[in-house]
Amino acid sequence: MSFDIFLNVAIGGVLTGLVYGLMALGLSVIFGVVRVVNFAHGEMMTVAMYLAVAAFTILHLDPLLMLVPIAAVLFAFGYLLQAGLINRFIARPEHSQFLLMVAIAIIIVNVLLILFGPDAQNVQVAYAFDSLQVGPLIVDATKLYAGLGAIAAAGALFAFFRFTQIGTAIRACADNYTGALVVGLDVKRLYALTFGLGTACVGAAGCMLLLIFDVTPTVGPSYTLLAFVIVITGGLGSMPGALVGGVLIGFTEAMAGLLFTPSAKSMFAFAILVLVLLFRPQGIMRRRPA
Amino acid sequence: MPRQSKTARLTRRAFTAGMGAAGFVAGAAPFGIVRAQTAPLKVGVLLPRSGVQAGIGQDCWRGAEIAGGLLQELGLPPLQLISGDTETNVDVARSRAEKLITDGAQLLIGAFDSGQTTAIAQVAEQKGVPFVINIAAAPQITEQGYKFVFRNFPTAAMILGDAFKNQKEIFAETHAAPKSVVFLHVNDTFGTAMAKGISAVMPKFDMPYKIAEEIAYDPTARDLSVEIAKAKSAGADALLVVSRLNDAILLTREMVKQRWTPTAILSMGPGWYEDQYLKTLGKLSDGPLSFVPWYDPNKPLSKKLEAALAKAYPGINLSTNHVYTFEALLVAADAYKRAGSADPKALAEAIRTTHITNNVSPGPGIMFNAKGQNDKLQLSAIQNRGGKLVTVAPKSAANARVVWPLPPYDKRG
Repeated sequence: MSFDIFLNVAIGGVLTGLVYGLMALGLSVIFGVVRVVNFAHGEMMTVAMYLAVAAFTILHLDPLLMLVPIAAVLFAFGYLLQAGLINRFIARPEHSQFLLMVAIAIIIVNVLLILFGPDAQNVQVAYAFDSLQVGPLIVDATKLYAGLGAIAAAGALFAFFRFTQIGTAIRACADNYTGALVVGLDVKRLYALTFGLGTACVGAAGCMLLLIFDVTPTVGPSYTLLAFVIVITGGLGSMPGALVGGVLIGFTEAMAGLLFTPSAKSMFAFAILVLVLLFRPQGIMRRRPA
Repeated sequence: MPRQSKTARLTRRAFTAGMGAAGFVAGAAPFGIVRAQTAPLKVGVLLPRSGVQAGIGQDCWRGAEIAGGLLQELGLPPLQLISGDTETNVDVARSRAEKLITDGAQLLIGAFDSGQTTAIAQVAEQKGVPFVINIAAAPQITEQGYKFVFRNFPTAAMILGDAFKNQKEIFAETHAAPKSVVFLHVNDTFGTAMAKGISAVMPKFDMPYKIAEEIAYDPTARDLSVEIAKAKSAGADALLVVSRLNDAILLTREMVKQRWTPTAILSMGPGWYEDQYLKTLGKLSDGPLSFVPWYDPNKPLSKKLEAALAKAYPGINLSTNHVYTFEALLVAADAYKRAGSADPKALAEAIRTTHITNNVSPGPGIMFNAKGQNDKLQLSAIQNRGGKLVTVAPKSAANARVVWPLPPYDKRG
């Protein structure tokens, strides 16, 4: 097997992994601040994917152009969900939160089934079959655009948390809940903003992932599971960890498929998860608690 | 003058004969009424109408929907179809079969997929309800000694035997043959059975090609780029494939993106001839050869079925999915008529003695051996051509010449 095949597959895996990372970033942000595990994360991404399908089918709008509007819609959805529903469960036991999020996930899947039916749907953009050739390297154009989009979206999110006052306030809530209350921060509003940002991330990831994969209403749970694998590998609550975890899982799946057998590639992703849980339970990018 | 009538006179003998005739008619009438009012046979139709096989499951359902009028035209009793969605899941298939029987289904048909069909067959046998398989090729289903399970669809070994024969006919006609192939297959029950069958059957046919690499993949996979990269790197001439619908589309997309056009795509399963494949990929769908259970376009009932589908679903090509789902219902209605009752044992016995020659699939007709398998079915080789499907082998059923090699993907405009 020639080296350029390895390189082609590795690049494809990394680019897909970047989009996975952006999807998982939303989960990590929500958990890192609100301390609620979003078990409807993958389902929320399928909502974004269907919005992009509808925009393309009805208005012929490219999913990449719809990235910001759909992320905004998902932000509003997440904000209202947190402000109207999840905030009431913040102080309740974790199993109540779990059941709430699973219920939301089931509702989303069934509403999508009613609205869009069970068939796989995709968008046929003009560049759907394009690839860029540089010497022996052939890079899938949709994966390249999606990967670059994921880097841009993640960069914007990092900048928001680092350089804006609201971002700093949200980080303060994550670091010290009581302290944030003492200094007069509106924690519940900040939680709603954070949840909205997390869902906006999956909104953006959904638009980009639609360029690579088809969508069905029932595909959500597998994305939720994938997001969990990534954030636990990278470090639950760590933003850089989510991106690193995504790239690592995308790369591992691709190489495992090439070197071993494609039907077992998910097994290798889970093997990494098991190794991380055994030897670095806090995740790759998080420090061991003192 | 007294009036005399010669015709109106009623003799005692005439009265007795009249009463006898009236009694006979009155006695026979209830049977006539019963026949005219025969309750429809309740048929549970189990198909993967959602999940990863939804496209094919819904296509099969179209075959069931158009059956009613044709069965009536053939003088067969009515059927009441009860739909059961298996959700492309073996466990759901099992529980739906149980529920349909509880809900009163007197016969089951389905279920397109070998894994789901195996589960349903176990339930049908346990409950003693006849099960007519529309599509499922795993050989073991009719090797269990089941008494209530019947299959009017070829086994994997039958598919492979005819596929290899048809391939050799095509190679001889084109004076070209691949020297090596990459074998890509799904790792579900059907794909695994076909893979085992190929290694067992291929040596007997002295094929001109060798399998350079075998690549198994998950039929629910969302991305098949690695699989195609691996196949391309094997350096084989052609692609031998056993797939489903969604993955057939994904494989084609990846071949285009990775700029690889094999000499030929030889498919031994569904996916590559489906309407959704043709519509989704447009010009890129042209060229693959599918070696599949098809229909005999020259049989009168084929033409009627084609017309019924065209009327109900304009623009959809008649395919395996419609043909074999329709024939499963044909078997059910024919057996119900001959059994004269919906008693499961009587129905099963009637199915066992089925002999339908006015049918759609190629071969002498529908009949079952002691194992409940129709072993007389024949396969065809079909090719996608401009959004339509043409039969290219065997010569006896061909309506077009094969296009060889596969036109390059990057030169299709």
